Amino acid sequence: MKAGKLVLFFVAGGLFGTGLAVSGMTDPARVIGFLDVFGAWDPALLFVMAGAVGVYGLGMLILRRFQSRNLDLPSAASAPIDRPLVIGAAIFGIGWGLGGFCPGPALANLGALRIEALLFVPAMAIGMVLAQRFFGADR
Amino acid sequence: MHHYTLWHALIGGILIGLASLLATVLSGKIPGISGVFGRLLVTATPDKPWRAVFLFGLTGGAALSFALWQSAALFRPMRPIVVMATAGLLVGFGTRLGGGCTSGHGVCGVGMGAKDSITATLIFMVTAMVTVFIYNRVAL
Repeated sequence: MKAGKLVLFFVAGGLFGTGLAVSGMTDPARVIGFLDVFGAWDPALLFVMAGAVGVYGLGMLILRRFQSRNLDLPSAASAPIDRPLVIGAAIFGIGWGLGGFCPGPALANLGALRIEALLFVPAMAIGMVLAQRFFGADR
Repeated sequence: MHHYTLWHALIGGILIGLASLLATVLSGKIPGISGVFGRLLVTATPDKPWRAVFLFGLTGGAALSFALWQSAALFRPMRPIVVMATAGLLVGFGTRLGGGCTSGHGVCGVGMGAKDSITATLIFMVTAMVTVFIYNRVAL
């Protein structure tokens, strides 16, 4: 891969991390505040998702019009809704609710050397390796 | 940007959407964070450099934002560290078994209207809400 392309990947990652931090999603209290529907409910996560889903969905629609320009875009076709998908999503949700971290915010907090992230990320890596060993990495 | 508002949530979300779009065009893949990270942990993965660079950028961009803006730097730990480690294990296992997390399924998949991602997102939202309900209001 050309160095220029890697620089663009770094920019994309930087934008992603900036978005997570600016949106407040790196603060577990805000995430858990959204998930705690019977508490003092915090709608912020809904606004983050609306902005991200809207831009991504619209952007992909526009980009597909340029498919002929040799753009290599991933398929929008759904994979089968099978048992691993359902069980995996359920387990992920339990972990998300327990910690208030999903993978992006956990990695974002690594740079700040927060103890929660320094423990969560290696544990997450172990969980990933286990799942990929037992069920394959091609999901 | 010292005082957090829902505009921060919306603008941050837009940045996440733009970043995901850019990474999609560059990689030709759906750049969900759990998939990008998880495949770095598989020896046979051929395209490791962009994955590593993208995640370094993510951590770096967040660190810079924490330094620049007080509202972004806000961090309120909610759980003891033993719980955080357990949560990490479940998040890692579940995202790789289920084929995505909040970004791959929740942002990209839902954004493209993919039924599997919409299903997965509804499921992890519900189990996360039930978990928070039990943790905050029943168990402890």
